[in-house]
Amino acid sequence: MIIDHPLLGPRDSAEFTYMGDASLLLRPAPDASDADWHAYAYLRDNPAGATRELWWHEGGDRSWLVVTRNTLTHEITDVEMARDVAKAVQA
Amino acid sequence: MRYSGLRVIKEALTGHKGWTAAWREPDPQPAYDIIIIGGGGHGLATAHYLAKVFGQKRIAVLEKGWIGGGNVGRNTTIIRSNYLLDGNEPFYEFSLKLWEGLEQDLNYNAMVSQRGVMNLIHSDAQRDAATRRGNAMRLNGVDAELLDAAQVRREAPFLDFDNARFPIKGALAQRRGGTVRHDAVAWGYARSADNHGVDILQNCEVTGFRIENGKALGVETTRGYIAAGKIGCAVAGSSSHVMAKAGLRLPIESHVLQAFVSEGLKPVIPGVITFGAGHFYVSQSDKGGLVFGGDIDGYNSYAQRGNLPVVEDVCEGGMALMPMIGRARLLRMWGGIMDMSMDGSPIIDRTPIDGLYFNGGWCYGGFKATPASGYAFAHLLARDAPHETAIAYRFNRFETGHMIDEKGQGNQPNLH
Repeated sequence: MIIDHPLLGPRDSAEFTYMGDASLLLRPAPDASDADWHAYAYLRDNPAGATRELWWHEGGDRSWLVVTRNTLTHEITDVEMARDVAKAVQA
Repeated sequence: MRYSGLRVIKEALTGHKGWTAAWREPDPQPAYDIIIIGGGGHGLATAHYLAKVFGQKRIAVLEKGWIGGGNVGRNTTIIRSNYLLDGNEPFYEFSLKLWEGLEQDLNYNAMVSQRGVMNLIHSDAQRDAATRRGNAMRLNGVDAELLDAAQVRREAPFLDFDNARFPIKGALAQRRGGTVRHDAVAWGYARSADNHGVDILQNCEVTGFRIENGKALGVETTRGYIAAGKIGCAVAGSSSHVMAKAGLRLPIESHVLQAFVSEGLKPVIPGVITFGAGHFYVSQSDKGGLVFGGDIDGYNSYAQRGNLPVVEDVCEGGMALMPMIGRARLLRMWGGIMDMSMDGSPIIDRTPIDGLYFNGGWCYGGFKATPASGYAFAHLLARDAPHETAIAYRFNRFETGHMIDEKGQGNQPNLH
């Protein structure tokens, strides 16, 4: 797989580490219920099809990306900086 | 039809005209007492034990493709019970005991071969860990043997013992581990279940659940609606996909694991050998092919195929362990989809929906668990109580903090 890094251009996915579903950016409030934290930490949609997920450029510039990828075909349709996504969520 | 040596001779003398189909191809009934979703090893084993041991009637196994076409036909066929934690070890040992009696139970040759499993040790720290694991196994009444380098060399002289970076210093061996002909496991369980009256419905994909007032009433399938008293889901790999149709989210990610077979070679590898310094394991099939594999690819996938970086990584592991493998040509490689759970251990439990039961989260260790998984799931379905060896495999362990995390990696499924 080739991940088209927004800053660095196309890079081999072997430079990256898969870090889980992009919903991990939506961290519950510190005083959220146990059920909310359980859902955040342990439950996943895990869809067969398009999904948004976190990739960490461990062997590169160490940025975190949100990659939209199809789990049935491995086709990557969108790559964003996780920082931008997180800021947009908080705004 | 009962299989025996006498039957083989009789058929050989009469032109092999008397063999009948190993199982029927029935049409779906409008309703069953128990429906098992998934005609793989675990689903078929569940049906077999439900009918034979727990005396249940009117059972159907629903398979979207053909039976044994999923992970039971895609694995590296290894059986063992060398686990560390109390939640796991009795379960896998129960499974190994069932393997030992499987062929008599099923009247089917599954080629169960207890040729031994050796986990290699490359450092003092690994020897300590292996000693601890071996002791934990023996405390559970399981065989475990710590070998020094000279003993390993006697059994597997072709390994790279004096590798500068990863010298082989010994091994933890389980002599009762080994390999099983994986397709025969699916076929043997299917034949036995069918003999006990179970309907095996192939090309019957579940497309939805009918749920009213929190109770599961039946399943919508590509062959029509089928009502059921109880529904058991054993579709590891696709667990999240199927259970989402019932509105459930699971503590599971689906990952792809690749496996490899070399060309056929003369007998060279005595049992199963695992490399301790990287992730690589190898055995030799009865046809002579070296069967090996390593890490999962590490990203969510339902594609049943992997990518080249892991192929390279696995081959590097093979070369570091036994350089002679570089002379063998690769014959086949393929990928299977794993339910990677949040603590690396499986789930056999009720769901919040009444009448809907779940079996999954087997990570890449599901094959060896097939008999015990089927037995424990049948126990749960028949008696509404977990089997004594599967008590820890509950959904709520993630809420209560009772994770069964053999590798201590936390809730990152691609590290288990």
